[in-house]
Amino acid sequence: MMLEPASEAELAEAIQSTPSALHIVGGASRGLGGSGSRPLSTRGLGGVKLYEPGALTLVVGAGMPLAEVEAQLAAERQRLAFEPADWRGLLGTSGLPTVGGMVAGNISGPRRVQAGACRDALLGVRFVDGQGQVIKNGGRVMKNVTGYDLVKLMAGSWGTLGVLTEVSLKVLPAPETVATLGLSGLSEARAVEAMTDALTSPYDVTGAAHGAEGTLIRVEGFAPSVAYRTEHLRQRLSRFGDVVVTDAADRSAALWKDIRDVAAFHGKPGAVWRVSLRPSAAAGYLADLRQGGTSPEVVMDWGGGLLWLRMSGDAEAGLVRGALAKTGGHATLIRRGAADGDIPIFHPEPAPVAHLSAGLRRKFDPRGVLNPGLMG
Amino acid sequence: MQMPDPSPRILAKRERVIARLAEVLPKGAVISDPDETRAYECDALSAYRCPPMAAVLPATTEEVSAVLTICHQEGVPVVPRGSGTSLAGGALPTADSVILGVARMNAVLEVDYDDRLIKVQTGRTNLSVTGAVETDGFFYAPDPSSQLACAIAGNIAMNSGGAHCLKYGVTTNNLLGVTMVQMDGTILHIGGPYMDAPGLDLLGVICGSEGQLGVVTEAWLRILPKPEGALPVLMGFDANEVAGACVADIIKAGILPVAIEFMDRPCIEACEAFAKAGYPACEALLIVEVEGSPEEIQDQLRRIKDIALRHNPVEFREAADEDQAKRIWLGRKSAFGAMGQINDYMCLDGTIPVSALPFVLRRIGELSKDYGLAVGNVFHAGDGNMHPLILYNANKPGDLERCEAFGADILKLCVEVGGCLTGEHGVGIEKRDLMTVQYAPQDLEAQMSVKDVFDPQWLLNPAKVFPLANSASRRFDQGKEVAA
Repeated sequence: MMLEPASEAELAEAIQSTPSALHIVGGASRGLGGSGSRPLSTRGLGGVKLYEPGALTLVVGAGMPLAEVEAQLAAERQRLAFEPADWRGLLGTSGLPTVGGMVAGNISGPRRVQAGACRDALLGVRFVDGQGQVIKNGGRVMKNVTGYDLVKLMAGSWGTLGVLTEVSLKVLPAPETVATLGLSGLSEARAVEAMTDALTSPYDVTGAAHGAEGTLIRVEGFAPSVAYRTEHLRQRLSRFGDVVVTDAADRSAALWKDIRDVAAFHGKPGAVWRVSLRPSAAAGYLADLRQGGTSPEVVMDWGGGLLWLRMSGDAEAGLVRGALAKTGGHATLIRRGAADGDIPIFHPEPAPVAHLSAGLRRKFDPRGVLNPGLMG
Repeated sequence: MQMPDPSPRILAKRERVIARLAEVLPKGAVISDPDETRAYECDALSAYRCPPMAAVLPATTEEVSAVLTICHQEGVPVVPRGSGTSLAGGALPTADSVILGVARMNAVLEVDYDDRLIKVQTGRTNLSVTGAVETDGFFYAPDPSSQLACAIAGNIAMNSGGAHCLKYGVTTNNLLGVTMVQMDGTILHIGGPYMDAPGLDLLGVICGSEGQLGVVTEAWLRILPKPEGALPVLMGFDANEVAGACVADIIKAGILPVAIEFMDRPCIEACEAFAKAGYPACEALLIVEVEGSPEEIQDQLRRIKDIALRHNPVEFREAADEDQAKRIWLGRKSAFGAMGQINDYMCLDGTIPVSALPFVLRRIGELSKDYGLAVGNVFHAGDGNMHPLILYNANKPGDLERCEAFGADILKLCVEVGGCLTGEHGVGIEKRDLMTVQYAPQDLEAQMSVKDVFDPQWLLNPAKVFPLANSASRRFDQGKEVAA
């Protein structure tokens, strides 16, 4: 039966008294697995606790649906700058993504290259650890170095160290307008070059991706500034081919939503990997994969620093992770293929690092009741 | 501020420990002569001093590992030190400790403009990281005001910020990976030259851990292409409330300046007397800086001016050229020096929600009268990071204690209004005993349990960050030997 505590105190009580391992659920839209048998939902822990647009600060209950948060921010012409992705199409799930799930997965989108990741916008957390203790860290202010930064540790811990109950986030103004520059027909290597050229310019690029719609570069801000930077980037990138500029904001938004949510893979079978590596190594890495006998469908984001791979063959984990030994980086198995069995979702860590991670999990969840086995 | 008594067990084996360290380090890298260890007796919180048992200056990660292995075996506390610019006592030694200075490790190991990365040894100074890439049009964004002297190692330990963090973030937002040596000598690589790290965000918790989890010897840092230009404007207001409202309106209008600096009347007057920057005599002064091409700058300044004029500024001054821009910054940049001219001062860095600014400034004014000590405020207004400068006379008995009590009251006030004790300087020893104001026992326990994992014997910088009473049970067996 699904546990659905209605308050932080009830959540603490539920964790304290659980006889079996728990499977932590926000909106159930990003479930990556884990062996907890009893689902525990944070849905009952919603609500805006504080929103000060003039201070760029938002504090909400972890169970609040992300869409509601985004709507409230949009009403003040603000947004979550890290552009959290919606994985429902990718994973074939149907829940309502929550803020807590977004933070637990450190979910960021294309703007990560310019505005940072979810963890960079996270100012404070409250959570319940594996013993049912309520713990807070950080706060609601932009700069805070008081004690250890457990805020970052909680972001991306996928519920294995504690169940988030409340998060404080830095929000940013939504831009007045947006433009997208597009190049088509570039090889992966050439696309990385073009994206690098844009990202090393002073024109404050907020997205650089390469996929089904070609090679895309995004600029955002006040209209005169966007016009200025678009023109300079157009000239700069013209050596890669014809640059098509999309000025219509809604068309730009649709292009980047597709990159963010990896729409190219929706409804298609096969294992999906998320690979993080140096942009300059991306093309070589993909060549190595193909040399190894696979031909994945590829979407590149973060100027080539993030690769989404949809595998064509079965059981190719060894290949995907093996080829990274040469380039550095890591690969996360976001969606298992039919033959992936119990391949670990997260990239295996070197022994001394794994030792620290395991030690932290033992401290925060000594009974092993929070998403056990999910991260190692 | 109390420090733990030195362990007699450790002092008794001083000679042996020093001899062992000398075996693994080059000649001259172990400093044990009391005349020379005095150079390491304090950092920039110079009211507290204590020479260490020895100081070591390793030149490689492997030498750091060798030093830590020995100290771990001997149960000797190690205090890592960057450039010694901590304002919080982060590098203050105890008499039974070894200072591990990273100053000899200052090389640039790799620069990659295409991937926007630089890899450095952490003894390198903050400004010289930018120095290594600026001729090619790049910079390293975090810019603490000590950037000429402070080391990247210390920046990582304290998660240092700077005036421009409203746009570019602080150290943790610009740090991609580290090579770190644990207290038992284990060398680790965490994160690397890519935008996210696998597994738990260990890098996130290492950054800002004040040298208590490991000694970071190498760092992958993000570098950014330099903006085309930058320009400040100056505006004066006749009330703190009005200046605060103006800041909120600028931000709500969707403008994100790279810096918004705030000065109150006592600080304006001190700066004016000292630097003669031509600041208007008023209650509150804002310096707002924006970046971009000349056209982009003008567009943003027009928007800012429209907003500012709605708040009836007593002065709105634009910079027509580089020289005028420098004059606008001149007073602000000499604020600390100006206050130092008047007297000794203590600088705090509590952070508050921007909306609480008028209340907090008023309350600080009242406390200033109660304590009989003058205070001036400079303030990163965009992010709420205050810098009250309390003036006192170090030669007057009791003045330092009064100043510390006043400072503690200000920091408690910061926490009360929803802020925190320290926004960029770190806890060190200075704010250690105030941690219980911000955190409940279980919050501190959770943080200390992280140290338990990284440094089970609590030998790395052990007397910092956590109130001594809270950490006492973990620091009991210092000096005890561990089998090799």
